[in-house]
Amino acid sequence: MKREERDGKRRLCRSMLYIPGDSPGMIQNAEVFGADSILLDLEDSIAESAKDSARKMVRSFLSGFDFGGLFVTVRVNSPDTAYFERDLREIVPCRPDAIRVPKCGTPADIMAAKALIAKIEQDSGIPEGSVKIHAMIETAIGVENAYLIASASERVSALTIGGQDLTADMFARKTREGWELFYARSRIVMAARAAGIMAFDTVWADINDSEGLFSETKQIVELGFDGKAAIHPSQIEVIHKAFRPDAREAARARRIVEAAERALREGKGVISVDGRMVDAPVVARAERLVEIASLYEYEEDNTL
Amino acid sequence: MKTRINAIGREVPLDVRGVGEFVPYESPFGRIDTFASRSVTHARLRVAERGQNKVTDSLEGAIRKSGLEDGMTISFHHHLRNGDAVIPMVLEKLKEMGFRNLTFAPSSIPDSHDCVADYIECGLIGRLYTSGVRGKLGRLISSGRAGIPVVIRSHGGRARAIEEGTISIDVAFLAAPTCDSLGNISGSTGPSACGSLGYAITDATYAAHVIAITDNLVDPPIKGRVSIPQYRVDQIVRVASLGDPQKIATGAARITRNPSDLKIAENAFRLMKASGIIAPGFSFQMGAGGASLAVSVYLEEYMKKKGIVGSFGLGGISGHMSRMQREGLFKAIFDVQSFDAAVTESMSENPGHVEIDSSWYANPFNSGCLVHNLDCVILAALDVDINFNVNVLVGNDGALRGASGGHCDTAAGARLSIVALPSFRGGVCSIKDSVRNVTTPGETVDAIVTERGILINPLRKDLLESAEFTKLPVIDIHDLKRRIEKMTGRQDPRDSVNGDIVAVVEYRDGSLIDCVRQVEDL
Repeated sequence: MKREERDGKRRLCRSMLYIPGDSPGMIQNAEVFGADSILLDLEDSIAESAKDSARKMVRSFLSGFDFGGLFVTVRVNSPDTAYFERDLREIVPCRPDAIRVPKCGTPADIMAAKALIAKIEQDSGIPEGSVKIHAMIETAIGVENAYLIASASERVSALTIGGQDLTADMFARKTREGWELFYARSRIVMAARAAGIMAFDTVWADINDSEGLFSETKQIVELGFDGKAAIHPSQIEVIHKAFRPDAREAARARRIVEAAERALREGKGVISVDGRMVDAPVVARAERLVEIASLYEYEEDNTL
Repeated sequence: MKTRINAIGREVPLDVRGVGEFVPYESPFGRIDTFASRSVTHARLRVAERGQNKVTDSLEGAIRKSGLEDGMTISFHHHLRNGDAVIPMVLEKLKEMGFRNLTFAPSSIPDSHDCVADYIECGLIGRLYTSGVRGKLGRLISSGRAGIPVVIRSHGGRARAIEEGTISIDVAFLAAPTCDSLGNISGSTGPSACGSLGYAITDATYAAHVIAITDNLVDPPIKGRVSIPQYRVDQIVRVASLGDPQKIATGAARITRNPSDLKIAENAFRLMKASGIIAPGFSFQMGAGGASLAVSVYLEEYMKKKGIVGSFGLGGISGHMSRMQREGLFKAIFDVQSFDAAVTESMSENPGHVEIDSSWYANPFNSGCLVHNLDCVILAALDVDINFNVNVLVGNDGALRGASGGHCDTAAGARLSIVALPSFRGGVCSIKDSVRNVTTPGETVDAIVTERGILINPLRKDLLESAEFTKLPVIDIHDLKRRIEKMTGRQDPRDSVNGDIVAVVEYRDGSLIDCVRQVEDL
């Protein structure tokens, strides 16, 4: 059984909005932006001089603020900085849904983070394993070790690709089409699937180019990613649009799921939809589509 | 002062010294429906000398000739927005000439006119009738230091009051962006063009004496549309400038990029769609605020996609609304007040762009005002309460800082009235147990839309059903209030309301819906 199934619910996280940890005005409106999840950032968007105050602010929001059911992840500073341990000590006791750990290159990185988080959980009396790890792959060595990282610990519940650092580490030239990341994306999504965890894509940096964002998101949806990070609220709608199954596709998926349920009820082994036989992988894929489609409005054109 | 508790539980006076008697508010349409016959105060007849020259360069001379005396009523329009220099110019001249105790009855007062406060303090203005009061003037009145009677009316209510004679205008000083030497006035041409002169038309019709003030005197005939005809204009005063053209002709408002406002707009649009009201023949009014304008972007896209052609757009008209009309999404726009300069050109060239007066727009006591034909209106608010009452006049500090405008007129008239506002502002929850001041009664508000969900008036069970059917983010008003107050803490303005009455607020039918009370330390 895959881990995501064993964990019970698998949250849909098409979009993850980065919010700088020192922006109370944005944090208080987190649910308004419409993202499926938010990433409170202590790393790249926070100046050195504001690291301590941002950490305090994120801590205070996590302990007192009602995020209205949002999936909340905190991106801490990378393990090779002095902030890493301080970040974890302050943040883990507030039980965010996950910690995003930057620059994971080897399974050892995960084991180190895991040990530290487990210790903090124990010290603060929260059940061990409460706080998941989202491992950021943003180096060449990380890409090559992707599966080992994904499967290093039960605590790792997602792989996520950090495009900008990775491109630099590869000595690659950035293209608008994202060719330079094609291999890394494919490898990471494969590793995540093999380990039964989620895969998230990197940000689209140009907030004024929503066409570019849309086509890149389409691409990563087709590759199999679960979601994409956003650096501006205006990107969320575009990302969601790219994840939207088209109406016919969604309707067919619904028919497949219904037929499968009917077959199960009636004890039939063979499922047929629209005159064609359907097997288990197709049903699984249809179930996933139906789940995503449930997030969208499909107009039945009864408004006229 | 004798007072009475009105139908929404507000204590209101039965008479205001120096103004007259009032009745307490009963219900949105009670008084209107039982209103059998009208006795309109007819404008006093006057005959101009044939061949007389109406034009003068002397404002002082024109004032003398008008027969204005202490204690009389003067009126102005606010179509020049914050660029207006006519109100300060005339008030200064009147002060210089030694007038006292005038009733100042403009259609509204632009934000920039703090000077009105000074003319109250010096005794020139002895009574104030207006739609809006802000800034220094608001603080002067709310602090109780003004010491004059103040009556706040909606745009429809003012038209009613003028027609029935409650406001009896002795001299109307009307800024005229273009005026020919016979007295024909147009608002849509000239260096100080402002578009519609809707509010001024009503004043010109009923005032005993009309003085046009213009910086663009032309030979007759005037080109294009005549807003006010020559037979209503007694004198023309030529001045160098009506004001600051940059502030008169404000550019088209930009669509907001504030994610919270955009979410409000999206929620409002989705509610409109769910209600089924966006159909061929649809009529619509929107405010000038950020969220309101953004609603029209969603609406435009949807109407285009579905091939829906609406009937008319109404009200304060923005550049965006006029563009929708030009694109054929609405057959006409009825314009009582143009919000931005983008509209002015359309007004002079486009036959589908109709200039209407304030009575046509919103007066409930005539044989049919356009707000009663509205399908949907999007309105702003300062705050609201759990009974859906809306306050657009008084800030959290208790000072007057808003305008009644067409708020209660459109809310009562439209089939679907939506109040759009953020759930908290400046750290204060926008939903109160009881608003400090009621401008628009909750009974006439169908829904309140915030960035955190849609609050539907329990009186509208049908709307609640269609919203839930279409999976809209509907939330109970008490629940949202509790959630927001977890962030902001509870602040209820009514806890501290006990000051003397400093202004009365009329409902559109002339009854008193509420009072503004004195706040110390302003």
